Amino acid sequence: MLPQSQAAAIFDSIRKLSTAGELEVSFSGGSSSLTRFANNVIHQNMTEESSSVSIRVAIDGRTARSTTNRLDDESLKRALTAAERLAKVQEPDPDLLPMPENGGAPTSVPSRHFPATAALTPQDRAQGVGAIVNIAKKHNLTTAGIYSSTEGFEGIFNSRGLSDWHTQTLAEISITMLGDNSSGWQKLNSPDVARLNPEALAETAARKATESVNPLDLAPGKYTVILEPAAVLDIVGFMFWDFGGLSLLDQRSFLCDRVGAKLFGENINIWDNAAHPLQAGPAFDGEGMRRQQVQLVANGVISQLVHARATAAKIAKSEIASKVGPLHATGHGFSLPNEMGEMPSNIVFADPPNPQTIDQMIAGTERGILVTRLWYIREVEPFEKLLTGMTRDGTFLVENGKIQLGIRNFRFNESLLHMLSNVEAMSLPARACGEESFDMVVPAMKVRDFNFTETTKF
Amino acid sequence: MNEIANWALNTAQLRGAIYVDARVIAHRSRAHSTKNGKVGGAEDSESLGMGIRVIANGAWGFAATDNLARPSVEAAAALAVEVALASARVQTGPLQLTQEKPVVAEWTTPHRIDPFTTSIEENLTLLLKVDNELHSVPGVTLTETNMNFDRIEQWFVSSEGAQIHQTKFATGAGCAAYAFAGNEIQKRSYPNSFGGQYQSKGYELIEELKLLENARRVGEEAVALLKADQCPEGTFNLVLDSSQMGLQIHESVGHPIELDRVLGMEANFAGTSFLTLDKLGKLRYGSDIVNVVADGRQEHGPGLGTFGFDDEGVPARCTPIITNGLFTGYLSSRETAHTIGETHSGATVRAEAFNRLPMIRMTNISILPGDAPLTKAQLIASTDNGIYMETNKSWSIDDKRYNFQFSCEAGWEIKDGKRTRLLKNPSYSGITTDFWNSMDAICSRDEWTLWGTPNCGKGQPQQTMGTGHGAAPARFRNIRVGSAFQGS
Repeated sequence: MLPQSQAAAIFDSIRKLSTAGELEVSFSGGSSSLTRFANNVIHQNMTEESSSVSIRVAIDGRTARSTTNRLDDESLKRALTAAERLAKVQEPDPDLLPMPENGGAPTSVPSRHFPATAALTPQDRAQGVGAIVNIAKKHNLTTAGIYSSTEGFEGIFNSRGLSDWHTQTLAEISITMLGDNSSGWQKLNSPDVARLNPEALAETAARKATESVNPLDLAPGKYTVILEPAAVLDIVGFMFWDFGGLSLLDQRSFLCDRVGAKLFGENINIWDNAAHPLQAGPAFDGEGMRRQQVQLVANGVISQLVHARATAAKIAKSEIASKVGPLHATGHGFSLPNEMGEMPSNIVFADPPNPQTIDQMIAGTERGILVTRLWYIREVEPFEKLLTGMTRDGTFLVENGKIQLGIRNFRFNESLLHMLSNVEAMSLPARACGEESFDMVVPAMKVRDFNFTETTKF
Repeated sequence: MNEIANWALNTAQLRGAIYVDARVIAHRSRAHSTKNGKVGGAEDSESLGMGIRVIANGAWGFAATDNLARPSVEAAAALAVEVALASARVQTGPLQLTQEKPVVAEWTTPHRIDPFTTSIEENLTLLLKVDNELHSVPGVTLTETNMNFDRIEQWFVSSEGAQIHQTKFATGAGCAAYAFAGNEIQKRSYPNSFGGQYQSKGYELIEELKLLENARRVGEEAVALLKADQCPEGTFNLVLDSSQMGLQIHESVGHPIELDRVLGMEANFAGTSFLTLDKLGKLRYGSDIVNVVADGRQEHGPGLGTFGFDDEGVPARCTPIITNGLFTGYLSSRETAHTIGETHSGATVRAEAFNRLPMIRMTNISILPGDAPLTKAQLIASTDNGIYMETNKSWSIDDKRYNFQFSCEAGWEIKDGKRTRLLKNPSYSGITTDFWNSMDAICSRDEWTLWGTPNCGKGQPQQTMGTGHGAAPARFRNIRVGSAFQGS
């Protein structure tokens, strides 16, 4: 782990060499380990330690970046020279703002660094995997998955005096249980390894595998679905790229001319909140600006977007200034230069007024499909946010309030506008992680008329 | 660098490793982009580090470091052994590797112009010209261009005596125009979507792509799509352009033939495969005219899957995958080859970077062109009740690689052998083996292009890798079209 004091010293040494008007240096890295298993054995197992120094210069309205993982003076000088050369050949950018002097109002963020997570050893992870494998064997299943742990840092310094630093740990367990013709899955992560229970996750995945054997070939069509939190996360994640101000200015967002419109059901309330206790990551953006809490969706209405500093300034002078809701920098910008602007990345769904557990949703369903996860989701049509993908690893027919049996996996083609306008019930949101989108705090959802268009062979 | 690598080998062997390999990698990259007539990004990056793989107590361990001072390298090697010993706690039997002759060699990607010797001004001037040409088309609302270069210099040393030094280049560029009006966004890309075309080549690729010459047409097609008819739903004879064929091969052949997937090693993330071992030599994967190879050799062409030696030090080779429609081969490694009765690896083990574990990846997975002369125009002229689709827009497939649904940026109706109206939002779906068995024509060599996919994802932690896919336009009979919009 690169200490903050050493990073500060590196920044000072680069600043002495720099001929640029402004300088920004970002640091990232740490140690990362992952124990991977399949067929009930550990088949891959890795650990790494690395760090990265990324130098951005601004020279008379022109900016460029150069990155290196080599911390010796000669390499840092070479990276600085490359950034200055890249900047000097460009035309001045009238939208480029001076670097910020400070990150704005401080955001109180709970500590996301847990020594117990950082201290996990290869033997600790192997022991956890051993317990998972034992559960697989108990149920006559084969297991595959990962047990990982990281300890990382992110920091930023600029020549106007801004500096900020973040350290974090993260432990993650993902488990697939496989039978002859069925499977189940569970995944969870947390900065605090004490919140992860590998045996409990393994038992749930195993139950899904054993309860979905000999899956029924059900006809596709529109069904009521109960989506577990990971499934919700992976599908709704596809819309958040469009909640950045620059995406509206560029006319590539499905929210063009729709900010202030009711696009979803009244029960949909979504925030971006980096300080939420179940969230992770730093409290500052790519320029060092503090991430503000932003309500993106209020009672189904698109209420506010996120903006990097330059985006907010540019929109204020544009013809869409009155069409984007509250307009000010919110601390969600990507590291510059970046033509994508910004996006929210700490999504938190608000607690619903009458939450239901998944079991309650099942009990209240006459006929529907319980979905553990969704997979290989891709955007088919950008303005209605029509997405396609598959169900995977535990898909069940629910009838008369009970899980009846497993079914073959479906392909869906569903619009997020339609889906989020037809949510009949939600659970209390929980931290979830999937594979298609970033970690979020999301509920399980019961949705009517979810469109399954095809069935696969398993 | 060999001396540095040997510090790792010596330390690991002293601690009980029976096999060690070390890869030292110096990676340099440059990325430029423009948007709406302005430079969007100009970035340079470099990295240096070492990845150490060991076998101890019958299990794998891996450690990586970016600090190549001797104490750090030796500590990483020791850690790799510690990791292997932990792996050994959950094992059922020792690893079985093929015997491969250790090689001492040098290899460099054939290239004419080292892209890093070109001036940044030259790079940006071209991109801005292309951007401006796209934007000059009335109705275009967003324009993007990009250009990317990579140089990867790798030293591979193994405890078996291999010492291989390779320098690999990759170059790529592309452009895209968007048209937004009302409640619709349409897009056209050139020469391919999602970043363009990439090959293992020097800057000469940029000259060959003729970006500026094609820019106006790209902008005009994006705007024209707004007024085009929606692609109809139904069963049609489908003609795919060469680039979409490349994507089809990648998803519905390249991934299911990865032997580690077949053996369950990717089950938690990328998935498994319908190509169970009993199907080798027996399954009719495609029609008689479907011939697919996995070929990493230089003579196959400058694909992103071309190299001298894979990341286990095995010389690049050609493996027949589908031969006259019959399934004949997998992508294998030293560890997995024995499961299919092979005594040598298929030379497909590749890692994204020094800090990633080498694993089975696609090389150049290419469908061979037809023997008889056949141009795309002739293919279309011999088609009725058809739809011709160009340039991938979305791709989705299940985790065993059976059910897929793909969509393209643009389609054209084919009636009585003629391309007629432009169609928007064309999509098609099917089951992999049904689809390939419906192929009844493929164009010949003149229409064959070696496409590059620069960002294939696999593994945990995830790695991206460049893969090559040679393909010519082809026709498929009675394919389900438009199911993406069914029920919407």
